[in-house]
Amino acid sequence: MVTALRNMSINQRGKIKHVNAKGELGRRIRDMGLVPGTELRIEGRAPLNDPVAIRMRGYTLTLRNNEADLISVEVD
Amino acid sequence: MASIRVAVAGQPNCGKSTMFNAITGGSARVGNYPGITVDRLEGRYKLNNQEFHLVDLPGTYSLTAYSLEEVVARDVIVNERPDVVLCMLDSTALERSLYLVVQIMEMEVPMVLGLNMMDEARHQGLNINSAKLAELLDVPVVECVARVGEGREELMESIALLVDSDQLKARPFKISYGPQLDPIIESMARLIEDRMPPGQLPPARWLALKVLEDDKDVLNRLRPHGDLADKLLEMAAEAEARVKEHGASYPEALISDRRYDFINSLVEQGVISRENDLLPGYSSKADKVLTHRLLGPLILLGVLWSMFYITFILGAAPQGWLQTFFNWLAYLGNTYIPEGMLRSMIVSGMLDGVGAVLSFTPLILIMFTMLCFLEDLGYMARVAYMVDRIFRSFGLHGMSVMPLVMAGGMPGGCAVPGVMCCRTLRSPKERLATILTAPFMVCGAKTTAYIVLTAAFFSHHATLAMFLVVITSWLFVLLVSRLLRWTVIKGRYTPFVMELPPYRLPTVRGVAAHAWERVWLYIKKAGTVILAMSILMWALMTFPQLPASELAKYDQMRKQVAAQTKHEHKGMAPAQLQKWVQAGQAKIDKLQGTEALKNSYAGRVSAFIKPLTDLAGFPWQANISFVGAFAAKEVFVSTMATAYSMGDVDPDYDVDADKSLAARIGADPAWTAPVIGSVFLFLLLYTPCMITVVTIARETNWKWALLSVVGSLTFALVVSVTVYQVMSRLM
Repeated sequence: MVTALRNMSINQRGKIKHVNAKGELGRRIRDMGLVPGTELRIEGRAPLNDPVAIRMRGYTLTLRNNEADLISVEVD
Repeated sequence: MASIRVAVAGQPNCGKSTMFNAITGGSARVGNYPGITVDRLEGRYKLNNQEFHLVDLPGTYSLTAYSLEEVVARDVIVNERPDVVLCMLDSTALERSLYLVVQIMEMEVPMVLGLNMMDEARHQGLNINSAKLAELLDVPVVECVARVGEGREELMESIALLVDSDQLKARPFKISYGPQLDPIIESMARLIEDRMPPGQLPPARWLALKVLEDDKDVLNRLRPHGDLADKLLEMAAEAEARVKEHGASYPEALISDRRYDFINSLVEQGVISRENDLLPGYSSKADKVLTHRLLGPLILLGVLWSMFYITFILGAAPQGWLQTFFNWLAYLGNTYIPEGMLRSMIVSGMLDGVGAVLSFTPLILIMFTMLCFLEDLGYMARVAYMVDRIFRSFGLHGMSVMPLVMAGGMPGGCAVPGVMCCRTLRSPKERLATILTAPFMVCGAKTTAYIVLTAAFFSHHATLAMFLVVITSWLFVLLVSRLLRWTVIKGRYTPFVMELPPYRLPTVRGVAAHAWERVWLYIKKAGTVILAMSILMWALMTFPQLPASELAKYDQMRKQVAAQTKHEHKGMAPAQLQKWVQAGQAKIDKLQGTEALKNSYAGRVSAFIKPLTDLAGFPWQANISFVGAFAAKEVFVSTMATAYSMGDVDPDYDVDADKSLAARIGADPAWTAPVIGSVFLFLLLYTPCMITVVTIARETNWKWALLSVVGSLTFALVVSVTVYQVMSRLM
C-alpha cells in the first residue's frame, strides 16, 4: 500500500516510492538521502505532532508534516 | 619543499572541526549543530619536514548553490585549487556522507577520505571495509576517531604520499546518469570544452551537471562566454523534456537519484555490513524521553531553570570576591591618591565602572560553559525540533532557536555571535526576522544590569526574577517577529529538513576552549571599550564643574550646619559633636554632588531628553546610563555605578560597609514599582549596542540596521511609557 509519509504512525516502516518536491525543498530532501528506494522508519514526533523524525540510512532526519506530504511511501 | 595546501571538507556533525583541531592544534569551534563552522579557519601542520597548510571548509551536506556555506566550500575548491581535499565522513551515516564525496570527486580534485567515528560505528555493530571502499573509489581511506586524535598522522601521511606520487594529476571520475541524461551531459561538456579556455579547474562535465541542476551560481559564471550559457540552457530544456517523457521527474532529481544508486552499489559491494540500520540507537532511546510530548518541554524548561540556578549558586562566591577586591582597590585609591580630579577619575570613573563589569566574569564563564556543553552535546538540535511548530506560527524557524540562544535566550549570550549565527538559516525572510529580534535577548551585558537591578529590588527572589526577565524576552521576540513578518518581511515558510545528530559527549577541551574564548572577549571588552566609555562617562558627569559662586554657596551651608549643630548641642563631648557635624555636612555634600552631576554635560543631555523619558518615568541615572549603553550594554552598569558613586561622596570610606551598587540603587526612593517595570522593559527592548548594529549592517544592509535602531527605540519607548503610565494610575 502506498501512503504519504505524514500518515505513517510511529515505528511504522516503509520504502520511499516517490518524492514530489521541486526546487530548493526537493534538492534539500534529496541531498539528505530521501530518494526513491530508501527504507525508513518513523522514529517520533515533536511535542505538537509536527515536525516528524524519521530514521533512515543510519541517522535521524526531521521534517515538517507539510514536507512529509510530498513523499509517498510503500508500507506493508 | 613547498607546503601542501589541504582543504578539509565534510558534512555537519561529522567531526570535521574536531579533526581539524586535532591536526592543527588550534582551537577551532566544534559544534553538534548543522552548519556551525561558517568562518574560515586555517591552520598548519608539520610532518617529516613537510609543511601542510589546512583550510577548514564549512560543513555542508552537498555542493549545490543551496546555501551560502555550500557556495563558500565549492568556491575554495574551484578558485584556490588546494593540492588535496581531505574529506571527513561520519561512518555511522556513511551513505549520506558519500553523497558529498561523490560530488567532490566529480570536481576531479585529488582526495583523501577520513572515516571518522569508527568507534561509534563498531559499537553499533556496523562493519565497514575501508580497504574495499578505497579500492572501489581509487582513493586513500583512513579510519579515524577524531575526538581522541586517532588517525591524524595516518591522514597526513597519506596526503603527503599522494602528493609525492604522481597521482596528483586530476583523475576523471564519471557516474552514469542513465540513457536519458548521459548523451546530453557528454555533448554539453564538449561544448564547454570548445568554448572555455583550457586548464580551468572545474571540469567541463561538472559544469554541465551544474547547468542541468539549474545552478544559478554556475550559470552566472558561464554568462561572459558568449552565447554558451544560452546554448547550454537550451540543451538542459531538451534534457528535461526527455526525462519527463520517461517519468514525472526532473533532471536534478534524476541526478541525485543516480548518485545515491552509485553509492548503494558501492555499499552493496561489501563496504558495509550491518544487521539493521533502522534500529533505534542510544540517541533514539534518549529522545524518547528528551523530546517526549510532555516531558520534552518540561525538561527544556528545567534545563533553562537549572542554568540560572547553577550560575547564581556557583557564581555568587567568586563574584563577591571580585567585588570585594575592587572595593579594596577603591579604598586604596581613596586613601593614597591625593584628593582631586585624578582620584575622582581613577576611583569613580575607572575602578567603579570597570570593576562593576568585571566582577561578573565568573557568572559569564559558568553560563558559557553550560551553553557550549549543550550545544556540543546535540541538545540544541532537539530544542529546534521541539519548538519549530510554535516558532513557525510566529514567522520564525525552528533553527532560529540557535541564534536566539546564542544572543542570550539562555543567560550569558551576546547578540553579535547570535546575529552572525543566523547565516545557518536558509530563508532570507526568517533570517531577517531572527536577526532583527535577536538583540532583544538578555545578553551577558544585559544580564549584569538585570542582576544589579534584581538584587536591588527583588533580592529574595533574584533567580525567579531573572528567569521571568528571560521568559519575557522570548515572548517579545515571538511577538515582534510576528509583527515583522506581517508587515515589512512578508513571505512563505522555508523547509525544515534537519538532521538530529546523535548525542555525543563533548570533549572537555572543546567546551573549555570555546567558553574561555568568549569570556576572554568579555574581559578584553571591559579593558578597552568599557574602560574608555567609563572614563568618557565620568568626564561627562564631572565637567563642567559648578561655578565658583555655587561652590561658595555650599561652603557657606556647611559652615552654617557646623555652627548650628554646635549651638544646638552645647555641652556635648567634642568627639561626639564632631560626628554630628560631619553627618550634617555629609547631607550637604550629597546635595552638592547631585547638583554638580545635574550641571554636567551628562546631566544636561539627560535633562534635554527628560521631557520624553519622563513619560516613561526613568530616574536620571538610568536615563544617562541608557545613553551611554548604546556603546556597549555593559556601560549601563558602569555608568550607574559611576553616577551613584559620584552623587555619594562619603568621607569615612569604610571597606566593610555594604557599598554594592545594588544596595545604593535599592536605597534610592526614586525607584517605585512603575519605574522598575518601565526601566526593566526599556533595557530589554531598546536599540541594540553599537557593535550589534554594525554586525546587523554587515549581515544584511544599512537599511535593516537603521530599522533595527529606530524601530527598537520607538517600540521600547512605547512599551515603557505604556507600562509606566498604566502602572502609575493603577497604584
